[in-house]
Amino acid sequence: MRALRSVTGTVAVLDRADVDTDQIIPKQFLKRIERAGYGAFLFHDWMQDPGFALRDPAVEGAAILVAGRNFGCGSSREHAAWALEDYGFRVVIAPSYGDIFRTNSIVSGLAPVVLDPGQIAEVREALRGRNELTVDLERLEVRHPDGLRLAFELDAHAQETLVRGLDHVARTLTRAGSIEQYERDHTPRFDVRALAL
Amino acid sequence: MSARTLFRKVWDDHVVDAPAGDQPLLYVDLHLVHEVTSPQAFEGLRANGRAVRRPELTIATMDHNVPTVDGPVADELARAQLDALRRNCDDFGVRLLATGSGREGIVHVIGPELGLTQPGMTIVCGDSHTSTHGAFGALAFGVGTSEVEHVLATQSLPQALPRTMQVVFLGELPFGLSAKDMVLAAIGQIGVAGGQGFVLEYAGRPIEALSMEARMTVCNMSIEAGARAGMIAPDDVTFAYLEGRPGAPRGAAWDDALERWRRLRTDDGASFDRTVEVDISSLKPQVTWGTNPGMVAPVDARVPDPCDYADPDERDAVERALRYMDLTPGTPLVDIRVDKVFIGSCTNARIEDLRVAARLVEGRRVAEHVRAIVVPGSAQVKRQAEAEGLNEIFESAGFEWRRAGCSMCLGMNSDVLAPGDRCASTSNRNFEGRQGAGSRTHLVSPAMAAAAALEGHFADATALL
Repeated sequence: MRALRSVTGTVAVLDRADVDTDQIIPKQFLKRIERAGYGAFLFHDWMQDPGFALRDPAVEGAAILVAGRNFGCGSSREHAAWALEDYGFRVVIAPSYGDIFRTNSIVSGLAPVVLDPGQIAEVREALRGRNELTVDLERLEVRHPDGLRLAFELDAHAQETLVRGLDHVARTLTRAGSIEQYERDHTPRFDVRALAL
Repeated sequence: MSARTLFRKVWDDHVVDAPAGDQPLLYVDLHLVHEVTSPQAFEGLRANGRAVRRPELTIATMDHNVPTVDGPVADELARAQLDALRRNCDDFGVRLLATGSGREGIVHVIGPELGLTQPGMTIVCGDSHTSTHGAFGALAFGVGTSEVEHVLATQSLPQALPRTMQVVFLGELPFGLSAKDMVLAAIGQIGVAGGQGFVLEYAGRPIEALSMEARMTVCNMSIEAGARAGMIAPDDVTFAYLEGRPGAPRGAAWDDALERWRRLRTDDGASFDRTVEVDISSLKPQVTWGTNPGMVAPVDARVPDPCDYADPDERDAVERALRYMDLTPGTPLVDIRVDKVFIGSCTNARIEDLRVAARLVEGRRVAEHVRAIVVPGSAQVKRQAEAEGLNEIFESAGFEWRRAGCSMCLGMNSDVLAPGDRCASTSNRNFEGRQGAGSRTHLVSPAMAAAAALEGHFADATALL
């Protein structure tokens, strides 16, 4: 996974609350068995509308998406995070996220940054002057070239995963000793392979 | 030990380790797998030369993209995805309940019916409605594909400790209403983001009075309030449901299990981070009018007016939703005509759901302009319903009787609505395009879906009972 230390780029703004993962990547694209190539289908239905925010040529190649509260709610489909990442986004900034989407993003190399609505309004105001933003994941800071600086919080586990681009399975396997101990102490309820179903 | 919540007891029992400065690692007792969110996970195992750590705790089925009509899978991509699951299960030694095995079905229907879902377990699946299994006092939540891979490889997940919310139902459920009405009302009150970061525990006399099928309906929709998991303390209703099912313990092991399971209750004096009370004494059947499950109203209400919302964001959202749904403020909900009716999904396709709907449509006819389908939640539910003659009741009334699967809940197979189609659906999501691009979904209970099919528009089902 790509390490994300700091991201500087153009910002696209999607001014809606409760954007669910069905909108981010509709179901007809979930039949693929590959992990790459979902960017072409990002916001598929909404992209049909010429007035949709991401159709604006000024935000082509944007690396940062500013979104509304509860972004990525609904379905657990990780394809939503993959589609955003494959499209070119490295960071989403929103007041809150669907819980499953947030985790999916972190393990897919897409940083879900939380700013409160007031801070997002400040960012959007600054972007009106110049559409460029830096999201520094090491310092946990959003910076605009005109001087705006906003600190944000990210738990240490998420930050480490993103900044170092860690393989989360390999990371857990460093705790294999504890897993083995747990398994010695706990009898499994059943062996599904042996059950007469 | 100090007083603990049900959630905390299950959590504590599954913490593998919790080193300072890192997330606790949670052991997973049961991993449910399906065709749509697993191919890339198995591919990840292959790429890294990893095995499935505990195939005895991992079981797969085919549900999301399978056709519900007889015959082969016509959709090439769907077929390739089903073939990939079959190959992956073969290669990694995972048991697969494939289409045609007689045990296949929606993953959240078969786990409980096979007795694999048990009190006090941790259960995950690459599907957000995994919260369903919480009805048994299990901690069950949906995960993404990377986490599916992680659980396949390690049988565990790093997890931050969630907060807890108690959702207490008050009053008595009025005649003819159902668990679906209860949970829709709760979501309307909590909001679609209100449960974020929380595990819910549903409590109160009305919850205790529910059957297991109904409790599953409630827990199923926890994610629609933003909560990854919802739980209900196990009791005699739970134990009676489980006893004798294939995965359930037997003999002395059953007695031991009961003793442990009876302790899975929130202790007196345990505290929740938040408590919400939902008074259902005067609850009416619920109908969603918008594009998320929190946009819901009683059937005797009218389509809301965006002007009545003080919060500008909310007003925008309502305006957008009404535009998408093609609804005019002030229209009585009972005046909204439907084109399609879908009875199915992991929310409402269990035997009890089908019985309620069948009882209502028996001897009546689906309205001329309505196309209505019933999709049982599993092959077993289908067999049982047929043994009870429910299929004949549905078919005589003009419903199509289908094979088990997720079907029109998310429209990954050919069961999709046409653009502009309006559907009364017993499923869980009324998101834009959920049941087909441009389609319009209204979430309701099985009785309300049946009533809409008969009347051709929304109607108070209790009047038809």
